[in-house]
Amino acid sequence: MLGSFDSAGLASLRMTVWFLGDGALVSETIAVAMSGGVDSSTVAAMLRAEGHNVIGLTMQLWNQRRLAGHEGMPESVNHPSKPKAGSLGAPTTGRCCSLDDVYDARRVAETIGIPYYVVNHEERFEREVVRPFVEEYLAGRTPIPCSLCNNHLKFDQLLIVARQIGAERIATGHYAQVAFDDAGGRWLLKRPVDRSKDQTYFLFGLTQEQLARTLFPLGGMTKPEVRELARTYNLVIAEKPDSQEICFVPGGDYKKFLDAYLAEQGAEARLDVGGEMVTTDGAVIGEHAGVHNFTVGQRKGLGVATGSPLYVIQINNDTRQVVVGRDEELYTRTLRARRVNLISVAAIDGPMRVGVKIRHKHAPAAAVIESAGPDEVVVTFDEAQRAVTPGQAAVFYDGDVVVGGGWIE
Amino acid sequence: MGRVYLDNNATTPVLPEVLEAMRPYFAERFGNASSIHSHGQQTRGAVERARESVAALIGARASEIVFTSGGTEADNLAVFGVAGHARAGVIGNGDHIITSTIEHHAVLNACRRLESQGCAVTYVPVDASGVVDPEDVRRALRSSTRLISIMMANNETGMVQPVGEIGSIAREADVYFHTDAVQAAGKIRVRVDEVGCDLLTLSAHKLHGPQGVGALYVRKGTELEAQMHGGRHERSRRAGTENVPGIVGLGAAAELARAGLERGDDLKMAALRDRLEGELLAIEACGVNGVGTHTSQTARCVGRPHGSDKNDRSLENLKGSGLPLRVPNTSNIYFEGIDGEALVIALDLKGLAVSTGAACSSGAIEPSHVLMAMGMTAERARGSIRFSLGKMNSAEDVEFALAVVPETVARLRELSPVWRGAASLEPRAAS
Repeated sequence: MLGSFDSAGLASLRMTVWFLGDGALVSETIAVAMSGGVDSSTVAAMLRAEGHNVIGLTMQLWNQRRLAGHEGMPESVNHPSKPKAGSLGAPTTGRCCSLDDVYDARRVAETIGIPYYVVNHEERFEREVVRPFVEEYLAGRTPIPCSLCNNHLKFDQLLIVARQIGAERIATGHYAQVAFDDAGGRWLLKRPVDRSKDQTYFLFGLTQEQLARTLFPLGGMTKPEVRELARTYNLVIAEKPDSQEICFVPGGDYKKFLDAYLAEQGAEARLDVGGEMVTTDGAVIGEHAGVHNFTVGQRKGLGVATGSPLYVIQINNDTRQVVVGRDEELYTRTLRARRVNLISVAAIDGPMRVGVKIRHKHAPAAAVIESAGPDEVVVTFDEAQRAVTPGQAAVFYDGDVVVGGGWIE
Repeated sequence: MGRVYLDNNATTPVLPEVLEAMRPYFAERFGNASSIHSHGQQTRGAVERARESVAALIGARASEIVFTSGGTEADNLAVFGVAGHARAGVIGNGDHIITSTIEHHAVLNACRRLESQGCAVTYVPVDASGVVDPEDVRRALRSSTRLISIMMANNETGMVQPVGEIGSIAREADVYFHTDAVQAAGKIRVRVDEVGCDLLTLSAHKLHGPQGVGALYVRKGTELEAQMHGGRHERSRRAGTENVPGIVGLGAAAELARAGLERGDDLKMAALRDRLEGELLAIEACGVNGVGTHTSQTARCVGRPHGSDKNDRSLENLKGSGLPLRVPNTSNIYFEGIDGEALVIALDLKGLAVSTGAACSSGAIEPSHVLMAMGMTAERARGSIRFSLGKMNSAEDVEFALAVVPETVARLRELSPVWRGAASLEPRAAS
């Protein structure tokens, strides 16, 4: 990781935190993780305008042409595929590390006059993000690659490179806020001003060291304000559409991606993940081709016809069974989170009242969390929650402050 | 901040004399060299003088020089023009090509393209110092072999290939031999008859000429099919209006390169390089990719020594040494426990331009196919940096590099997740 944790060292970092607007600006060297999009481009321009030495970095994570031509993957990914009827012409192909994005980031860097470099982390990305993504689906869970990428690439490898080249901090275009809590002596991750863009759910894995070295300059702004600023700075990407999907999955079709990736890895990597479809009473009502085709709460594409709507209630990886049932059977009051990372507190001593998000677009639900092992937490909701999905994250909030989070078992 | 440029194998600055030679041909002397009138005659004369200068650099006849848009086009023209030669209208048609695993992508990807069109290709390996064994080339010969393409000096390691021996093998087997001499010309003496090649690639910007112009030497009598179709330029071997300023620049650069070699500029360059390399090797846990620093291992020429040639001062020293040779300007060094990509960036931010591997289309660095072909681990290939000197570099530049590289390597190692310190490493193998 980033060397030994040293609280004195982190406190000293705090002394050089920039002071916005009050004239006491400390100029420092900051690396900006640039994706070629509006948010990170604006961050680079803002920091540059404030007089910092800014270095633009883009991580090359995935070769978009790698799976081209494999089972239904587009032959070419550098050109948007035909827009779907009714779409606004936004790119529908995967955009991760596309040459267009690197081109955009490079143009922005040139416009604002900062050095810019692309760093290759393809190997690590595949090991730490893509393979776990595939394995989670094959194990019947629904993964979140963005969190893995943040934990293992952006705020780990990229931060190492940033420090190696002379930047003690990195800034990203995430909508989140970092603050130092004098009372608790800890770095805090907080929800941004623009709640509709809140990305804290994907950042729960950040360590104290990483938070101490991270700037989220957009945390106090709304998206329209960011776009306006991008226009003010004459950035070529000011009108570029937002990206929503998983960056390495073209068109957001993860099943096609899994098939193509497994085909590329060779037949032996293709696991036999087919099995029975059963009801919550244990009655077998059909077969399915693979647990990776399902996610908890899914209604469409079950391949069985019954009188009342059926939903995936549970995916049993050991027996390869997909359990289906009625909507009301989707609700549960408790969950267990593993590999928990705590941010605002060093430990959970006794029951703690928090709000818990169990997916990105989910309002925090009132719950009590309790420690259940070294890095495990049991969450008990006040009211049962629909479709608690293994593989997703459970992130704990105390108001705007992220207490921590873990992976739903 | 001063900037020091030690990436001359990527490109070289245009020398002032070259720029002066080119200057009139952008505006006042603008004629199309194919035109009948005096404007055309003026530029035609300049193009033909440049052709003679280029021919003189490599011991060829002016009529054997074809100007192209650069080294890549010349390589493509050689490979497709000979091996892709239409036989009964079928491209490839089972023809066999021999090349090596360390070629420039301009040759490698041209060969791969022909492979996909039905040609057979043998990629001969290199040894740990990055040199092809001519016997591997001989063993790879087939009755259907149409072309051998082996570079003269490698761009990443500077290692000189045994092209003279390969030329003899090609001659005996009556197979065309192409050599990419882009990284050799101007650095060592190049004579097409000593090499015994039929085709030879040159690039202007690697020898202090402008970017966007190169040349292919085509031995008289070689069957070469044009790849660019249009007018009858370049004796119908490469259609398209000549890039007159560029060609004039290449000619001027070739003249200066020839004069420089006669003056012994290469020895001065080797002395600078050896100073740089020798001092860098004092850093713990590093080493040279290729052969170690030693002046006697620096090449001055390639090919069959001609005893009658009085200008070959160094040949007697080299004959029979059996040592692999390296061009005088290149030093490829690995540093354990670091990522070369981060080192290149950190050095650039401190004002020193060096490089690593080959940039992919996004600009990110991929592990070098050359270093991997030499049997290195991906880790070592990624921890490798290329320093390449040019005519503009001074002793001060080398001292600047020696001032910033050790501290930067130390900084990277301090923060490296894989650097365990020299204590846990095996003693450095003598290289």
